[in-house]
Amino acid sequence: MDDVAIYAYQIGLSFAIFILISLGLAVIFGMMRVINLAQGEFLMLGAYFCTLITKAGVDLWISFFLAALAVGVFGMIVERVMIRYLYGRILDTLLATWGLSLFLVGGVTTIFGPQSESVAATLGQVTVGAFGISLYNLVVIAFALALLLGTYALWRYTRFGLVVRGTMQNPAMAAALGVNTGLVYTLTFGFGSAITGLAGAVLAPIVGAAPPMGVFFIGKAFITVISAGHLPLLGTISASGLYGVIDGVVAYISSSVIGEMTVLFVAIILLRLLPLGITGRMRRGI
Amino acid sequence: MALRIVGLSPPSQPPRAWWWGFAALFAAFLLTMPIYFDIAVLFSVTNYLVLALLALSMSFLWGYGGMLSFGQTAFFGLGGYTYAVMALNLHETTGAMIVAIVLPMLFAAVLGYFMIYGRISDIYFSVITLVVTLILEKGIRATSGDQYVVGSVRLNGQNGIPTTPALQVPWNPKVQLEIDDVFYLAAILLVLTYVGLRLLLITRFGRILVSIRDNERRSALLGYDTRRYKLLAFVIAAGVAGLGGAMWGVWGNFVGPNMFNLGQAAQVVIWVIVGGKSTLIGPIGGTIAVQYLTDWLGTQGVGQVSLVLGIVLMVMVMLFQQGLLPSVGLIAAMARDALSGARRHRAPP
Repeated sequence: MDDVAIYAYQIGLSFAIFILISLGLAVIFGMMRVINLAQGEFLMLGAYFCTLITKAGVDLWISFFLAALAVGVFGMIVERVMIRYLYGRILDTLLATWGLSLFLVGGVTTIFGPQSESVAATLGQVTVGAFGISLYNLVVIAFALALLLGTYALWRYTRFGLVVRGTMQNPAMAAALGVNTGLVYTLTFGFGSAITGLAGAVLAPIVGAAPPMGVFFIGKAFITVISAGHLPLLGTISASGLYGVIDGVVAYISSSVIGEMTVLFVAIILLRLLPLGITGRMRRGI
Repeated sequence: MALRIVGLSPPSQPPRAWWWGFAALFAAFLLTMPIYFDIAVLFSVTNYLVLALLALSMSFLWGYGGMLSFGQTAFFGLGGYTYAVMALNLHETTGAMIVAIVLPMLFAAVLGYFMIYGRISDIYFSVITLVVTLILEKGIRATSGDQYVVGSVRLNGQNGIPTTPALQVPWNPKVQLEIDDVFYLAAILLVLTYVGLRLLLITRFGRILVSIRDNERRSALLGYDTRRYKLLAFVIAAGVAGLGGAMWGVWGNFVGPNMFNLGQAAQVVIWVIVGGKSTLIGPIGGTIAVQYLTDWLGTQGVGQVSLVLGIVLMVMVMLFQQGLLPSVGLIAAMARDALSGARRHRAPP
């Protein structure tokens, strides 16, 4: 019984981390078709903002949202200054955001140094049989689910979500109906950046904040979103579920590197079988 | 583009006489360098020449095959590691060199089969090669334990293999190549690869490859199995990158996980994009220029090299799409057109 609980916890945590790191990319790449290689660095910025704000004496939970806000604003600036001129030129976007990613890693290393910053979240543990589970990790799982539900509700039930989805489907028609599409693009990019920043902040107490941390997550995030196909939310959930289970189980029985390699291997086979991703054949949905 | 850019002939045409002169001059310049420069300069120039091989593999695949692969560093690293492991196991380097070229090609064939025959789009191709590179790097970094041994060689994880043997003369294994010999070898390999790729582009295969880059669907409708040509180009580029990796191991007597690094992968893209991906000679110049800049920045202590490289990459993509060499050619072509246009206006009808 304990073993089952521990397995469920491992898989849940692994699923939650996949969701957290890829949800922002699902918005920016999945919906907007902007291939943002600086996504990992947005995550890193979120983690850094979180540690800085916490060090300034702000409560950890409030600093999560301040970090999200800060990264969101940063994302909007990036969209206005750079991404705006690159819509439709997907390879150039990739290269320019790669430049941004190098620039951010170099900049953060120059300012804060190469060492890792940490932030403490001491919530204690719960005991399941012979095992201790960190309570904070359960909070991370809850955060991932809340973020997922919140994003779904925003796209599905608000007027903003409707306008965004309409603009992504047909910008010319949306503009003809009086939507300021430039603003919608900026806000959507900002939203994607903000949830990435929030993810970085939530992960900061587990993994810390260090300049190269983006590189650790970017691969997983892109595998997830590419496998997801054209329905960003549903695809991300199913891909995160699949890879979360594989990664969780394989990493538990061998090592985390083997877990990641297995995920990559499965992803390449999956793309050979379903080149359009898991949701490639589905017509409707988000 | 209606404007014919100076210095760029379409790749389908056989090279002109001046090009052969240029290639010979380039080779002669490289081969006479040891007369004018001391051994320290030669040592760092050898590094540039070896890295230029990597840039050539990238510009061939990206500029002429239209496939932006971030996996070239994976093949580079794989080539280096294969050479080190094989040479240490066999105590013989000629065979190790050959395996170091063949193994990355095999790896590329398998990986490329899944990607190219899966008909994934260009952008996914880039991202998947990037992810493969990242995972390979992580895998190599995790091999620090005693149990990770190939034959008699420990892989050493983070520390790499510092005892990578020097190259032996194939017909006389007792003689090892010295620093200036490695320089000559690197120069010869670079010139041969450059001329070889340029000539490959005027063959039937090269022309079909360029036509696939320009319009894949039309090429397929004309009856060419585009996937086969793309896979072949991917495999050839992997072989060139593997050769570069093995030569890099020979140059520094060291192979390490940094060869797979994301920063390394970014640098290859920067070399090619600075030099101009629509040429083969541009990326060679781009490699030397950017690598010199990187080394110089490293000695200046101005902070992070990646900060500067990031800015270079952003500026190049946003402002100088074509790269420096074609940009200069474009300006020359516009000036020439403007001048001849002006003359035509003044001439009596």
